[in-house]
Amino acid sequence: MKPAESQTPLTFRDYASALKPVWCPGCGDFSVLSAITKALAELALRPEEIALVSGIGCAARIPAYVNAYGFHGVHGRALPLATGLKIARPELTVLVTGGDGDGFSIGGNHFLHACRRNVDLTYIVMDNQVYGMTKGQASPTTEPDWERGKLTPGGPQINPFQPLVIALASGANFIARASSSDPNGAARLLVEAIRHPGFSFVQVLSPCVTYRPEQRHWKKLVRPAPVEATDEPARAARRLLTDDSFNIGVLYRGHRKPYQLAMGSAGDNLTLIEEEFST
Amino acid sequence: MTASFSASDSISIALAGSGGAGVMTAGSILLDAAGQSGWYGCMTRSSGPQIRGGEAAALLRLSRRPTESHDDRFDVLLAIDWHNVARFAAELMLDGDSVVVGDPQGGTMPDAIVALRARHYDVELKKIAKQMRGGRPNMLALGMLSALLRIPLTVVVAVLEAAIGAKGEQVLAASVAGVQRGAELAGAVELGRPVPVVERGETRRWRLTGNEATGLGALRGGVRFVAAYPITPATDCLEWLAARLPRVGGVLLQAEDEMASINQVIGASFGGCPALTATSGPGLALMMESIGLAVAAEVPVVVVDVMRGGPSTGIPTKSEQSDLNLAVYGLHGDAPHVVVAPTSIADCMRTTQWAVHLAEALQTAVIVLSDQALGQTRAVIDKPADVAFVAKRALPGDAEPGAGAYRRYALTESGISPMALPGMAGLQYTADGLEHNESGTPSSQAQDHAAQLDKRARKVAHFNFGESWADVEGDGDMAIITWGSSTGPTREALARLAAEGKPTRLVALRLLSPPQPALLEEALAGVRRVLVVEQSHGRQLYRYLRAHYALPGEVRSLSRPGPLPVRPGEIRQQLTQWSQP
Repeated sequence: MKPAESQTPLTFRDYASALKPVWCPGCGDFSVLSAITKALAELALRPEEIALVSGIGCAARIPAYVNAYGFHGVHGRALPLATGLKIARPELTVLVTGGDGDGFSIGGNHFLHACRRNVDLTYIVMDNQVYGMTKGQASPTTEPDWERGKLTPGGPQINPFQPLVIALASGANFIARASSSDPNGAARLLVEAIRHPGFSFVQVLSPCVTYRPEQRHWKKLVRPAPVEATDEPARAARRLLTDDSFNIGVLYRGHRKPYQLAMGSAGDNLTLIEEEFST
Repeated sequence: MTASFSASDSISIALAGSGGAGVMTAGSILLDAAGQSGWYGCMTRSSGPQIRGGEAAALLRLSRRPTESHDDRFDVLLAIDWHNVARFAAELMLDGDSVVVGDPQGGTMPDAIVALRARHYDVELKKIAKQMRGGRPNMLALGMLSALLRIPLTVVVAVLEAAIGAKGEQVLAASVAGVQRGAELAGAVELGRPVPVVERGETRRWRLTGNEATGLGALRGGVRFVAAYPITPATDCLEWLAARLPRVGGVLLQAEDEMASINQVIGASFGGCPALTATSGPGLALMMESIGLAVAAEVPVVVVDVMRGGPSTGIPTKSEQSDLNLAVYGLHGDAPHVVVAPTSIADCMRTTQWAVHLAEALQTAVIVLSDQALGQTRAVIDKPADVAFVAKRALPGDAEPGAGAYRRYALTESGISPMALPGMAGLQYTADGLEHNESGTPSSQAQDHAAQLDKRARKVAHFNFGESWADVEGDGDMAIITWGSSTGPTREALARLAAEGKPTRLVALRLLSPPQPALLEEALAGVRRVLVVEQSHGRQLYRYLRAHYALPGEVRSLSRPGPLPVRPGEIRQQLTQWSQP
């Protein structure tokens, strides 16, 4: 992170691009976009020192809507792309945005290993329990009896993926949940997540008003988590396993050191390496 | 190109045994010692899939002249044991003039080898080794072969010291004693042919594998970020880089799978760092979608495919040239990119270095098709000439309009648009795999799609690839077109034909895609017959050439699947028969 150098402090509006989002009216992702720009303004990061990386899906459209460097890549591969970028350019602030299908289904393996590797990225998953961009199929976080997905007419019939539990088991060091119904609260949480050294994972409950209109009701269910974040994995595991998925806040914060591969300085020149081949 | 090459210039040795018997160690030390004594040569590893207990053979050819091809036959087969050698019978071309040395206590000589009627010597390697403190049959074998080649014992001992000195004095002393004893045992073996006399010349020589040369080419080209997922036979290239990248200010990151490694490379390159990954066929197949992303988002990346037998898991440890179709045609959509292939072990360095240069200059994906025969063959060669290819990406100049006016995908005449890097103020943009307009804003409009397709095609089609597109050698009205590891045997066949007064042209393609019809037409001017030599069941190069080139005169194909290489003798024979009226 690099402090702002410009004379006039930037406001959250300076972090929005001129592009109009493709989302449906009422989509939770509008609030998440707003929370991201507010968090960036709060941190006073220069737009050119920020990169947003995403895969495919409604939530993955966010990079183009932010005034920062962005990469809208292929489905499910945002985390490795961001990992390569952060290791090559450690001074950048790198955020990854996406949805539950992108992150937990096609990108599931990368999610496990990003948690494990602990590169200093902030991963924001807008979870709406549905594939919106392909018009309403069940996602890994969909309930087993949700019958409105045309690919799974009788409901998916499998238990939902538990992202926060999996993140903890995979070694994630910062696990939080936010809600799109409270953009200012989400922004405060994102500030913490971005400041946290190493991989931080933020699930944002972000309703899909088109395919899951019942999710509008979420705003009445969410509440601040009743207890402070723990740094004990066993306690966090118990909380996350019994959690009704509406507790908002930082739920686990560990102390593991971020993964760092120093790009280093060129100590040897190539001639020394080539000498190994001489015979 | 070798001016002439006669049988007396070289000697071919197969050292075989069960996996873990130490044939690769003995073979490598023999190659090193031969190299220090003035020989050129190469050693190919052939092994089964087992880590221990399978079969292993070190196939060596030592020569007075530079060579990267194996001969049509072996002069010597030394079997440390016979237990698994039958699995190699097809790769061990022996005849009545060959000499076979084997341990009668180590299993039975396979019928397929008995049938070749080579002169045969029994040497009780295991028993003799057992009588020595710390004795190992492979060191006896090394001593025998060194003595037969008249390599001075002092040279072998010096190489041993360098290779295994770290294992302690006792191990070293036992090995030296084994080599000495082996040299004595060699007295009973009559080669039945003169051993070429070699002298250590003035030229500086290098000893390296194609995979190491590929790694060095990457470093020379400017690659400082490598992502790696292990896969045979590319792993040793990645391991070589892992140990050396930090010494030049770079990093290697081990990824969780090939989709991760290619995307890590794209991310690093987006950040401005020249980046590469290496894999083999199955890994390349997994990376294809994201290579298309690099093409669409115009991010330079280099992907090395060290080809092995396919499809599917195929034959991981052995060579084949059957990923050409995948590399050229495997991307969805119209996705102009570059495919290159090294023509020799030394050329792995040049071609990879060139690939980095091309990727950076063209802001696209470049696939390097190496193969196991190049990658895992260790050769003693003249130090390769330096080439000047470096990574140079077009970056925005000071005149670039900033603050929202920057057009990342500007429609330039060359098709290459200046690429802003994170950190450059006022030039923020979003790289996108979605079709986009000049600014990078997603667009599904026909005119934007056509304009960007044209731009991406133009930059590759109009680029001047220069003289590196192929190795063009020789003259005559017959020509061979080949690529990759089939180039070595082809060069040797053509050297033999030249010595017989039958000059023949060689075109070894380094640039496979985009095709260069005008350059090939010029190279083949006056040619009446063209033979296409390759190692694939589906004759992929032949079909590719027929699709994209107008080849002159009559065209034939000499192609076989791996792992058996095309031999110089059969290339020569085919051309000789063809040229008879």
